[in-house]
Amino acid sequence: MSDAQPILEINNVSKYFGSVIALQDVSMFVRPGEVTCLLGDNGAGKSTLIKTLAGVHKPSEGSYRFEGNEVEFESPRQALDMGIATVYQDLAMIPLMSIWRNFFLGSEPTIGFGPFKRFDVDSAKRVTREEMAKMGIDIRDPDQPVGTLSGGERQSVAIARAVYFGAKVLILDEPTAALGVKQAGVVLKYILQAKRRGIGVIFITHNPHHAYPVGDHFVILRRGQVYGDYTKAEIPLEQLVQMMAGGADLQALSHELESASGDEGEDDLASAAREFRQEAGNE
Amino acid sequence: MTQETASPPLDERVRKVSLATRLGTRPEFGALVALIVVWVFFAIVANDNNFVSWATTAAILNRAAPLGILAVAVALLMISGEFDLSVGSVVGFAGMAIMLLVTSSSQGGYAWPLLPALLLAVVITLGVGFLNGLMVVTTKLPSFIITLGALFVFRGLATAIPRTLTNRTQLGAFDSIPGFDGLNAVLGQKVELFGARFDIGILWWLVITALATWVLTRTRIGNWIFGVGGDDNASRNVGVPVNKLKISLFMTTAFAAFLVALMQVTQFKSADSLRGELQEFNAIIAAVVGGVLLTGGYGSVIGAALGALIFAMVQQGIIITGVDGDWFKVFVGAILVVAVIFNNFVRQQAQKR
Repeated sequence: MSDAQPILEINNVSKYFGSVIALQDVSMFVRPGEVTCLLGDNGAGKSTLIKTLAGVHKPSEGSYRFEGNEVEFESPRQALDMGIATVYQDLAMIPLMSIWRNFFLGSEPTIGFGPFKRFDVDSAKRVTREEMAKMGIDIRDPDQPVGTLSGGERQSVAIARAVYFGAKVLILDEPTAALGVKQAGVVLKYILQAKRRGIGVIFITHNPHHAYPVGDHFVILRRGQVYGDYTKAEIPLEQLVQMMAGGADLQALSHELESASGDEGEDDLASAAREFRQEAGNE
Repeated sequence: MTQETASPPLDERVRKVSLATRLGTRPEFGALVALIVVWVFFAIVANDNNFVSWATTAAILNRAAPLGILAVAVALLMISGEFDLSVGSVVGFAGMAIMLLVTSSSQGGYAWPLLPALLLAVVITLGVGFLNGLMVVTTKLPSFIITLGALFVFRGLATAIPRTLTNRTQLGAFDSIPGFDGLNAVLGQKVELFGARFDIGILWWLVITALATWVLTRTRIGNWIFGVGGDDNASRNVGVPVNKLKISLFMTTAFAAFLVALMQVTQFKSADSLRGELQEFNAIIAAVVGGVLLTGGYGSVIGAALGALIFAMVQQGIIITGVDGDWFKVFVGAILVVAVIFNNFVRQQAQKR
């Protein structure tokens, strides 16, 4: 598996906005049937990197290779047409529309021709149900508005849609961020489903506990640069957690929280501080 | 034969709901109930004034047809998340354009034959819609503001241009133009039925409602309209041509305004600068009464058509009840707000179940 060629690969990519260096010499790759996790705290450059991969931004420097060829995207649609599908955290679904209308929005199947060409509603409903079932998602009623689904289910519909429309690489922007523990677990399951179907998944998150169980490969971004790049065998979870925010930062934070709790006498702050100290570990 | 037909296997988490509940979740359901309530109300209150008669029914439908045609186009636009406040002015403007083009040169017009005049007028009107749409998608300003400007601009032009050219703001004698009879047969004539006179426009209203319903619920474009109204960024991300769609929908409302203008020019054999006044608001009211969400993304064309019917029924009901004209707008406004509140209430109740 690990000797397969990467399907998507960037090398020494930098992105500048005027004088701001958003990304500096970032390299990463994903192989078919593998999950590359992109970890980083707020402001680490994750959003810029996703948008660069998705074709929204063009890299200022560096190379972007897809299926072995150098590519340059003019629009996100172009990237999508080549099989790079991005599922954004908040822009994934339209709440007022039914599941099947959402599923096929922008790529509706049609029957008939000329002025009688129409949206093939029956097959849209059937395919929606089938595809969701293939991902292991059992939807109740395709006519249900997406707004009535839970956050995890919504993400899952978006993932199933991307897979159905031939995604070879799936970029998931913080799909678990706004979810509860159980819901996040549901989404992680679908990430593994997509991986099993041979899709290369780039999973963006700031939560190492979500990344570690599904990831094959971990890239940690800090301040616009790659701070670490490991396979799962090379790094235990504890170290990943520590690298994520930087052990020193967590240590400092735990002290701050502790002194704050001493002043105010608040128990929850004290326990938060304890947790942070445990996560930061002893250096 | 009494055995139930094989239905697709239902999930055990989907319970069978009654027909009433299923109807209740449809956007036009509230309008349907409101329509019945309004009809019963006037049937009782205005019983002595012959409310329940073919003559009154014809009067209501004749009133509803032009508003309904506008409301159907406006509903499509509103579901896509935009407003068009200029439709009323464009009705006046398009009617004037038609009449100015065919009026003889001795009267200050251009003396064009009917067909080229209509062609040019429709191109100009579609151009107005295109311009509205283009301004909205390029400036990204609220369409409310852009088309509010257009409301004044085109009402102004509908008055200023004929005044400059002909020194009048009403142009008549459309029936003296060769070709009028054919046009009248299609758009302006009245049909005798049950001893009452029905406008042929009612038929157009029904056809347009059916067509727009098909487009909205059964075509790709319909899916895009819902999508764009729900979230235009998300729609753009999945490849919906958002700007083209919005511009086309502004052109659709402009075309509806042209059709209504042509119907009225034919029917009254004249154009008037003031024609179509307030129709932009009436059309929006009809759409909202019909269950179209003001913020877009939800609604139905049939609902908008029902909304126009309610509007016309209230107007006609008040007229024949003989309420003093000064109070007319007070009643129309109050009854419509009540209808919308009632409609929302019905929808929320239905969705709770």
